[in-house]
Amino acid sequence: MARVLTKNIDRNGKVLDLAAYERAGGYEAVRAVVGKVAPEKIVDVVAESGLAGCGGGAFPTGRKWRAMPSRAERPGTRYFIVNADEMEPGTFKDRYLMEGDPHQLVEGIILSAYAVEADEAYVFVRGEYGRAIAAVTEAIAEAEAAGLLGDLRIHVHAGVGRYICGEETALLNSLEGKRAVPRAKPPLPMVSGLFGCPTVVNNVETVCNVPHIVRHGADWFRALGVGDEAGTKIFGVSGRVKRPGVYELPMGSSLRMLIEGCGGGMREGFGLRAVLPGGASTGFVGVEDLDTPMSVKGMAAAGSRLGTGNVMVLDDKTCPVGFLRNLQHFFAQESCGWCAPCRDGLPWVEQILAAIEEGEGRESDLAVLAEMPGKMGPGKTFCGLAPGAMASLETGLKMFAAEFAGHVRERACAWA
Amino acid sequence: MSTVEAFSVRGPAAAIDYLRCLQAERGYISDETLAEAAATLKMPVAVLDEVATFYNLIFRQPVGRRVILLCDSAVCWMMGRDALQRRIFERLGIGPGETTADGEFTLLPVVCLGACDRAPAMMVGDVLHGDLDDARLDTLLGGAA
Repeated sequence: MARVLTKNIDRNGKVLDLAAYERAGGYEAVRAVVGKVAPEKIVDVVAESGLAGCGGGAFPTGRKWRAMPSRAERPGTRYFIVNADEMEPGTFKDRYLMEGDPHQLVEGIILSAYAVEADEAYVFVRGEYGRAIAAVTEAIAEAEAAGLLGDLRIHVHAGVGRYICGEETALLNSLEGKRAVPRAKPPLPMVSGLFGCPTVVNNVETVCNVPHIVRHGADWFRALGVGDEAGTKIFGVSGRVKRPGVYELPMGSSLRMLIEGCGGGMREGFGLRAVLPGGASTGFVGVEDLDTPMSVKGMAAAGSRLGTGNVMVLDDKTCPVGFLRNLQHFFAQESCGWCAPCRDGLPWVEQILAAIEEGEGRESDLAVLAEMPGKMGPGKTFCGLAPGAMASLETGLKMFAAEFAGHVRERACAWA
Repeated sequence: MSTVEAFSVRGPAAAIDYLRCLQAERGYISDETLAEAAATLKMPVAVLDEVATFYNLIFRQPVGRRVILLCDSAVCWMMGRDALQRRIFERLGIGPGETTADGEFTLLPVVCLGACDRAPAMMVGDVLHGDLDDARLDTLLGGAA
């Protein structure tokens, strides 16, 4: 099976340096394109490739780039920003890409910045990713010394925590030295982003795809996926499977292939109960959905979302109420507090789940929980954090209805 | 241009970078450090404190020489992070948010460390450790406490 983004990464090997990356064909695209091909041609090929944002939003990358006013329309500083603030629970793909093949990211930044005519680039990496920060910083220095950056300046910003920094407008506030609260849209960052300048924010994996698309073309990229799907995807699988890890598969591969084929299936003594297909902000799917394609369309048809494509497997020996309580604790803690439904609603959800798990839940609590997705779903809050939190709650209440009822009836957790 | 001058020129936009830099030198951001930084950045102390208190990795209280960041997200929870937290309490006598009496360790919960394939995971200082169990934890903490 074609591996594109991870083909140079050796799980136990060293970080690929400049020489090794160039031996593998690295920077060929930069040498062939920068200063030689018009930037809009690069935007066109990325748009035609069908590349969509890999950080969870799946917004078409070409459309995002085209939303940036041209340099003629908006002279002055323009920014290209890599969102490497990987904090979605269950997600560990960007770490793998940055630690294993940082030059691939740097080449992607050079090409993307050239395409959108940006002169300054930032890589916003979460502060805990020390190895990734070191690898990317070193790769930028190597590329600069080799004259590959041209006039582009690439800065690495180490974050200081908070999940909300992954929301692109909150990320911009954080880069400006402020609290990371989301901004109102419009204006979109492409029109008024960092310090009010035109700005594109793309996820690490998205940017890593760009050199390959520029080198091999849109048709090649489209042919990589299953059926109508374009490209490959860095999936991940974790929980009580035999071989948890990061796996690159064609976009649209089935959930079963990922969990059973790559992950080796469940460990002895554990059964598969349910799956969160793309991080904490996606809804549960069940055993009956294992043959669903891991794609935006496939996961939507199963009532969930592709999200980050990093799968968390819930086993049959873990209390699903406790699992949901953990997820909602995360969201309640990481709410930035900017809008009231999220700030007040999420702790309420967490407290109710805690009471139920500890055997103090009441029948009426279940009705209150069931109302929450309607109060904190899409369109009810300032950004996507609370709607993301509601995805697992809404699907979990239905899928684990018997377990919820059991906790309330028995006034105890059967897994404790 | 000195480091302080460089931050001063950037002003409030450098708030996070400067706090991070000062914390690396001094361990945490005391009230005095905060006031000093606000003066350098030419911004009100209260506004800088809004920034400082927003972020998980800016410490407004003293912490130990080594901060243990124990992942508390879903996969590590499933794979036994609560047992690790109990073991840390047995070995070091500290719960979440507490520092050992000798000032060596502070234990803090942290959002998903992106090491779900090696759960449960934690960081000690700058180093990530995965696939933890009591035995590995004991080795890591060494002769501590």
